[in-house]
Amino acid sequence: MPLTFLTPARHSGAPGPLPLFTFKVPAGFPSPAEDYADSRLDLNDYLIEHEAATFYVRVQGHSMSGAGILDGDIIAVDRSLEPRQGDVVVAVIDGELTVKELHREGTTVTLRARNPEFRPIEFKIGQELVIWGVVKGVVRKLR
Amino acid sequence: MSRMLYALVDGNNFYVSCERVFNPHLEGRPVIVLSNNDGCAVARSDEAKALGIPMGVPYFEIRDLLNQHRGIVLSSNYTLYADMSRRMMAVIGQYSPEQEVYSIDESFLRFKGFQHWDLTEHGRRIRHQVRQWTGLPVGVGLGPTKTLAKLANRLSKRHPDFKTAGVCNLADLPPWRQLDYFAQVEVGDVWGVGPRWAKKLKDLGIHSALDLKLADPESLRKRFNVVLERTIRELNGLPCIPLEEAPPAKKQIVSSRSFGHLVRRKDDLLEAVATYAATAAQKLRQSRQCTSAMQVFLSTNSFIPGEPQYHPAAMISFPTPTQDTATLIQAARSGVARIFRPEFRYKKAGVMLMDMVPEGVHQGVLFRAEDTEGEERRSRLLAALDACNSQMGKGTLRFAAEGIGQPWKMRRGNLTPAYTTAWDSLAIGRA
Repeated sequence: MPLTFLTPARHSGAPGPLPLFTFKVPAGFPSPAEDYADSRLDLNDYLIEHEAATFYVRVQGHSMSGAGILDGDIIAVDRSLEPRQGDVVVAVIDGELTVKELHREGTTVTLRARNPEFRPIEFKIGQELVIWGVVKGVVRKLR
Repeated sequence: MSRMLYALVDGNNFYVSCERVFNPHLEGRPVIVLSNNDGCAVARSDEAKALGIPMGVPYFEIRDLLNQHRGIVLSSNYTLYADMSRRMMAVIGQYSPEQEVYSIDESFLRFKGFQHWDLTEHGRRIRHQVRQWTGLPVGVGLGPTKTLAKLANRLSKRHPDFKTAGVCNLADLPPWRQLDYFAQVEVGDVWGVGPRWAKKLKDLGIHSALDLKLADPESLRKRFNVVLERTIRELNGLPCIPLEEAPPAKKQIVSSRSFGHLVRRKDDLLEAVATYAATAAQKLRQSRQCTSAMQVFLSTNSFIPGEPQYHPAAMISFPTPTQDTATLIQAARSGVARIFRPEFRYKKAGVMLMDMVPEGVHQGVLFRAEDTEGEERRSRLLAALDACNSQMGKGTLRFAAEGIGQPWKMRRGNLTPAYTTAWDSLAIGRA
């Protein structure tokens, strides 16, 4: 038999009704789906591993199209990750945030574009290169 | 050594550092951030400090100096700073179960039961991780009390012995070296000692943190008060100021701004205070409190030589504590009507809410059962208003009294985008 709980009258000024006891509570068998009710998918969970360290950045330009990163895309950049060989990273070049692929051979670090029309940028020992963060994912809306 | 240790972690030139994360070309140049309405310098990069630009100086006094040195001037972007602060506090909070967020850029941690840890190394890790995860540089001070942690933090930023590491742990130093550092800190720079007390203390021959540490707490309590006595005990390693993990309920809420230009019209002032009252009301509901009294104030610009000055205020008290936007707007407008005089040019207006009580506990509620339904609907309306404004942006839904064009609104000429909180303002990555 279903039981109905009534909401007690609230104090004046309390913000918003709390929907705690407004639904019917079945006293018989619980719904078998109940335990699974809140497993909704959230894209934030999918994209973000370290919330405090993750920043969204808007891509401008075409040099990374070969890596599936297009002009106007939003990238999720995780600053907490240690950059590894082949990662797409955001680096600071001439005071600007720049999206490139990171490669290291011996004493040379190269930032490569993924579009044959753009040239790689090389860094030798002694030159400073600031890696701002590692690109974790790409977001694009089609319409 | 003492079994309990406090850390104070705080951002170096916090507002400037937030801006630099998204504008790397600001590195290495003098940068200042101006207060609301672009009035005074409220944050300075090291390069700006090196030019001798003091904290709080009005912008017009340093404009030429900054231009000469290719300095950058920015309006304060509080949306950005608040989000960066949240991130920084989240990282710092990973290092101890006991954290007090003390201000937008300062956080205390308490380490209890960490005696087998190398807490200096712990401090270095905090610094490194905050820098890597958020891009913000911080300094870390450690000591057996909050006052000592604060003092150590100051040394970590300014003293050549600690500046490179950015970490200063007083508990790691032998007592004679601690005293040596205390002697180098001015008494006015001790946490809790304001400039007025500093002057009075110097008249008593107490010039440094060391002098204060060695002073007699009893007799200074009689001359000053118990706060100073507590400071002295804390300087001697006796914890007297507890960690406040949940921020105490706000005792007052102030909402005030300087105008973009001098305001003469009463209608503009009425609109401005209505907007401030609405902001204050929203903060009030957020903190789940009601207010019993409101002060409304106006002020003229005291920086203009020869300008006639007028700084009036009006008090309005409410028969029943309230958190209703409409009631507060009405009160603010009636306050302006009482104090407005047409012969002055106004620079600033504001409202301050006082005598707050937690919502729902105030007297009188029991005896007004007959209009419960009206109140109920009212509070639902206000909740909807708050929900809409928090989702769609401040001021999306507002009372007509707040005005449409808001010609008096503050000036923020060099405002950077809200890089981290609005999809259309994200930082740009060149590809």
